[in-house]
Amino acid sequence: MSNAAVPTGEQSEPRPDRREAFEARLKKRYASEKRFRLLGLSAIIFSMAVLAVLLFTMTVNGVGGFQRAELTVPIALSEAGLSATPADLQESGAVQLLEAQGLPGVVEYYAIEALGEEAAAEVSPQAWRDVADAIIVDPSLLRRDTVFNLPASSDLASGLNGEGSAESRAMAEQLSADGQLSSNFDEGFLSRADATNPQQVGIWGALKGSMLTMLVTLVLAFPIGVLAALYLEEYAPKNRWTDLIEVSINNLAAVPSIIFGLLGLAVFLWLFPNLRSAPLIGGMTLALMTMPVIVISGRNAIKAVPPSIRDGALAVGASPVQVVFHHVLPLALPGILTGTIIGMARALGETAPLLMIGMRAFVATPPDGFTSPATVLPVQIFLWSDEIDRGFVERTSAAIIVLLLFLLLMNGLAIYLRNKFEKSW
Amino acid sequence: MSPVILLLLALGLGLAGWLAARARAWTFKRDTNGGRIAALPNYHAWYVALWIAVPVLAFIAIWSVVAPNLVNQSVLASPAAAELPAFGFKRDAILNEARAVANGDAQAVFNDTARALVDPFRDAFARYNFIGIAVTLAIGLLSGMIAFLRLRPDFTARTRVERAVMTILLLASLVAILTTLGIVVSLVFETIRFFGMVSPIDFLFGTHWGPDPMANPDNPDASRYGAIPLFWGTIFIGAIIAMIVAIPLGLMSAIYLTQYAHPRIRSWVKPALEILAGVPTVVYGYFAALTVAPFIRDVALSIGFSSASSESALAAGLVMGVMIIPFVSSMADDSIAAVPAAMRDGSLAMGATQSETIKRVLIPAALPGIVAGVMLAISRAIGETMIVVMAASTAANLSANPLESMTTVTVQIVAMLTGEGSFDHPATLSAFALGFVLFLVTLGLNFVALRVVKRFRETYE
Repeated sequence: MSNAAVPTGEQSEPRPDRREAFEARLKKRYASEKRFRLLGLSAIIFSMAVLAVLLFTMTVNGVGGFQRAELTVPIALSEAGLSATPADLQESGAVQLLEAQGLPGVVEYYAIEALGEEAAAEVSPQAWRDVADAIIVDPSLLRRDTVFNLPASSDLASGLNGEGSAESRAMAEQLSADGQLSSNFDEGFLSRADATNPQQVGIWGALKGSMLTMLVTLVLAFPIGVLAALYLEEYAPKNRWTDLIEVSINNLAAVPSIIFGLLGLAVFLWLFPNLRSAPLIGGMTLALMTMPVIVISGRNAIKAVPPSIRDGALAVGASPVQVVFHHVLPLALPGILTGTIIGMARALGETAPLLMIGMRAFVATPPDGFTSPATVLPVQIFLWSDEIDRGFVERTSAAIIVLLLFLLLMNGLAIYLRNKFEKSW
Repeated sequence: MSPVILLLLALGLGLAGWLAARARAWTFKRDTNGGRIAALPNYHAWYVALWIAVPVLAFIAIWSVVAPNLVNQSVLASPAAAELPAFGFKRDAILNEARAVANGDAQAVFNDTARALVDPFRDAFARYNFIGIAVTLAIGLLSGMIAFLRLRPDFTARTRVERAVMTILLLASLVAILTTLGIVVSLVFETIRFFGMVSPIDFLFGTHWGPDPMANPDNPDASRYGAIPLFWGTIFIGAIIAMIVAIPLGLMSAIYLTQYAHPRIRSWVKPALEILAGVPTVVYGYFAALTVAPFIRDVALSIGFSSASSESALAAGLVMGVMIIPFVSSMADDSIAAVPAAMRDGSLAMGATQSETIKRVLIPAALPGIVAGVMLAISRAIGETMIVVMAASTAANLSANPLESMTTVTVQIVAMLTGEGSFDHPATLSAFALGFVLFLVTLGLNFVALRVVKRFRETYE
């Protein structure tokens, strides 16, 4: 580039003073070039470093969240005199039935038997629910002696991690030396719902709520988005009305999500006052937010279908509707799907609008359907992040790992689809 | 539960109509001895199915809103309802409890008044479910019959179906306008109610924010509703701190990726930046509250700022800036790529170094696009909720010290609407007024930015 100036200088009369200044200037310019380049590189390295720190913190904290401190307690249910029959246990109130028959007392008795008075007090007070769940899954346990791993109290759990009071640390040391306390992979974390005790919580309730909400969002936003994109791209006349539609779609795509929450609160909850914090309302609110994203990506996909396809179909006598539904839409569908997955991934991570419509309630059972109270994964993360108990920090990070895995999966699928169906006509 | 049953019913009716019409159309084909019929049998089928589906779905939509109210009214008219408390929260709670049991959502009631209401609820549900199903069936059969009787060999079913399809397409695109309208109407309506209690002047220019949801709603203390500290906090966190992080980093990333980076590095770094953009804001918020904010406080304390708080504007702003980086970088990427290669090559041919070309040719040429991207980024930052909810505090504070706690418009919307306040209280309604201001500001920023992007793109094409 600038080298061209140097040889001409050399061939004519050499003028050392000017050459020196020139060299100095060139050196300065190259130095500045190098600095600029480094600046760019460091900007990228910084962004990547933040991403790495974020993922690292969540993983380090979260790994502990998939485990819990458990006390080993053998329970002889055959001698406990519970009279529940397998048929009773199929009923919906089975847990209450077992409670009424004295299961909590049975669990407490055997805990004292195995661990002694002092350590048995450190079994989580709700531990009998785990036993009840196990019995409901496998009623034959009632006729057997089984060794259960019961969740320990939060104090003991933090003692096991080397935190908490000296007293609980000493007890944890003693118990784990006896092989009665250990930190195990918590299978229940993926199958339970919210609870007040970090040892007892799970994310299945929130995950199920998320799935139901996403289903409603998809069922509403996808058809409406695709049809609107088809209309705007293929049929809409150029006039003030279609301009208005276009402007409002572009603006909706950039409206803050919390505003959609206010809309859901003012309109949907006014229409359906009984459905506060139901996946149906959450899904409807998120659908309004996702629809513009689908329309915009759908229009780009439709635009990419070459006009010759349309002309060919028209030439053999297809009607405009047939052209679009038989030819254009199938060809544009992969592109539309990619945009839809990206829009859904955004909706999956959304929290603020769902807080507005009351999905921040404490929901201790997984939702049964679209109209029962539910919470979703990001809101669950938000709720747990507010808890003071130290155990919730790990649980929150573990839930974040699950959420990020889902998002990664969705984005991976979108990238895969994009690569697989990418076409050049 | 009943709307689901109704939907299944509608689906079944539509399918039956579809099959019947298709069979009928095939008989035309046979009767005319393979001669031409005006439309393919499938179009006859769709014609009848549409005639069934559209009125039935319209009825279901209306019914799902109307029926719960009818149920409530008939329960309230029952003798057991006479014992209900007159009004308010308790009355609703009792009704909800009884309704849940009657629905089968709950096992038992705890309140005696509610127990008496379970049976009236059950009766009402049964009655209105029956009415709903009967009317759905009647509408479906009737309109299906009308459509079915119209089928003839020379009936132009395709034209009719296509006209209906076009109408459906048009309606789908109107949803966007309806949504915008819904946002504006719901915000304006509640905002006007709020301004009936607190004057707009006090709200927009007052400097003290401290609504008291427990105060008497009829006589609110207008001086507690000054929103200036919130506006300041929003601008300070979203438009100043976040942008100080996001603009240089985003711009330099875009420049490095488009101008310097090896294609293989680019193909790795770009998706990684997209991951950064795809991380949910609640995760950033947790990261800010758990890691960044304590770190900043510790650093600040160690260099002698004794007032450093663990919920600082700086923590929220920094993390928000990181969140915005990929957004700024992809906008800058686009507008730099839109500058014609001839301009770049010309500059390089004159002997300018690459960085000189970038600084003196590419960036000035791409400036409108970059500015528009920055405006969109600001609009996103000031509308961002979760990071500030989790990392900033709810204490309104009019200060320029980034280490102090501050609150923003979105935080206050969440705070005002997730409490137990009733909808007649100015504290609750103030959330809608704040939302309206936020909506107008972001709308303005987006509108101008989209305009600039559009105009800028056209000059080089």
